[in-house]
Amino acid sequence: MCGIVGLHLRDPGLHPQLGTLLEAMLGQIVERGPDSAGVAVYGDRRRCPEGHAAVSVIGALPDAFPGLPEVLVTKAGDTTIVAAPVAPDVLAAAVRKAAPDALIVGTGTDLTVYKGTGNPRDLAATYGLAEAQGWQGLAHTRMATESAVTPEGCHPFSVGDDQCLVHNGSFANHATIRRELAAEGVEFDSENDSEVGARFVAARLAQGEDLEKALRALCERFDGFYTLLVTNGDGFAVVRDAIACKPAIIAETDAWVAMASEFRALAVLPGIDTARIYEPEPERVYAWSR
Amino acid sequence: MEPLTTEPVTTQPLTTRIDLDTSPVRDLNAKLHTGSVEACEVLNPQGKHALAVGLRHPVTVDVRGHAGYYCAGMNDGGTVTVHGSVGVGVAENMMSGTVRVKGDASQSAGATGRGGLLVIEGSASMRCGISMKGIDIVVGGDIGPMSAFMAQAGRLVVCGDAGEALGDSIYEAHLYVRGSVASLGADCVEKPMHDEHRAELAELLSAAGFDHDPAEFHRYGSARTLYHFAAANSAAY
Repeated sequence: MCGIVGLHLRDPGLHPQLGTLLEAMLGQIVERGPDSAGVAVYGDRRRCPEGHAAVSVIGALPDAFPGLPEVLVTKAGDTTIVAAPVAPDVLAAAVRKAAPDALIVGTGTDLTVYKGTGNPRDLAATYGLAEAQGWQGLAHTRMATESAVTPEGCHPFSVGDDQCLVHNGSFANHATIRRELAAEGVEFDSENDSEVGARFVAARLAQGEDLEKALRALCERFDGFYTLLVTNGDGFAVVRDAIACKPAIIAETDAWVAMASEFRALAVLPGIDTARIYEPEPERVYAWSR
Repeated sequence: MEPLTTEPVTTQPLTTRIDLDTSPVRDLNAKLHTGSVEACEVLNPQGKHALAVGLRHPVTVDVRGHAGYYCAGMNDGGTVTVHGSVGVGVAENMMSGTVRVKGDASQSAGATGRGGLLVIEGSASMRCGISMKGIDIVVGGDIGPMSAFMAQAGRLVVCGDAGEALGDSIYEAHLYVRGSVASLGADCVEKPMHDEHRAELAELLSAAGFDHDPAEFHRYGSARTLYHFAAANSAAY
């Protein structure tokens, strides 16, 4: 099953409410994956101040990061966010060096990622989601089918700066594509099929493609079932496989664009009564940018 | 022995009102299953699932807002109107009665339905009428891809356009489309409209409350060339 919600705010007046809206949406997809949840927030200056990079980490971290200036460390359950006024790759390298066994689950100048096991409603409180501000966010509840329920197994898969991919479904030919990407030098964190999708998209974006083009290429290359929500520092995109058996519904107003597995997660949004509501068609990429 | 009452009998049904902000869906359905409710208004549905499912009595239900999955599923005699849109599987496996959706419907509207009338005033998404077995479905707008897949019996009327692969592996259901058809599925073909088809289409449009001219529609159905239609294959059994 799995549940997805995503919210891209067009109206800056709503930025202070991103967290409360996202939490309300998440509360409506709990039954689709009741024992873990991942969340991504773009523009949460509590944990990633302006001019800083942030690295989201699962695992033990040292108390100090020698050589890094003004390090801000905030904890949210199983996830720790480390922020500092340096480039994302510099910060990620420093975290890796300081804690070689920890898993980095998100990097960027705008992005914070939270992962954990437990009831998603409780996790939202653990993450302090209601207090989060920002311009875009997403959440995923996972009905685990091919690997254990662990914080590491939570979506989103964030494998490039400010990028996230969440997936409802299963890829059929991920092992083949994993081998191809590995041959090109791409490294993987897990055996998860969704990570292969995220690595594929990241490789395309690194070549200069935009979300829309990268996802069209994904449709060409991947077999299986998928509804995907993919985000980056520019925006937000949704795509479904040719059979489109995994649910997705989109709603748009002048103030926001939202996507969810089920309508009830959109019903909590302000202005939903006059929103344009529709289901994405198979193999058509829907993309929005700031 | 008590005398027979001479008071006038009121014919106005007593409407029960259930607010899903304060009552669980289970209470709603339990009340509708008692058979003692003639009419029921459902407030604040907010996309909740399984509203008014399994009705077995001639109850009238008005859902004031958007419903979630399987609304009015397995309906057998109820009259359900959704004043909004519905999620996956509205009126799935309907046996009899009427279900009307004022807005749009998600996937698999009327799936496997055996009887009754499903009217969607807006558009329906993919797989509308999948495996329909006798239900009548009338859609005011468009229908999505893969609709009427393996449709066995019943009638599907589309006042707008149909998506890709309409009627793939269809058996004996009758399909009528007023607009364009993106593509036909395997073994589904256009067929000539005869008087009896125009008559049944006019009846369906009238029952659904649409005033389109039946002459504007095209008819589609099975070419009967797939495996099960070949007499030679009967030797396999």
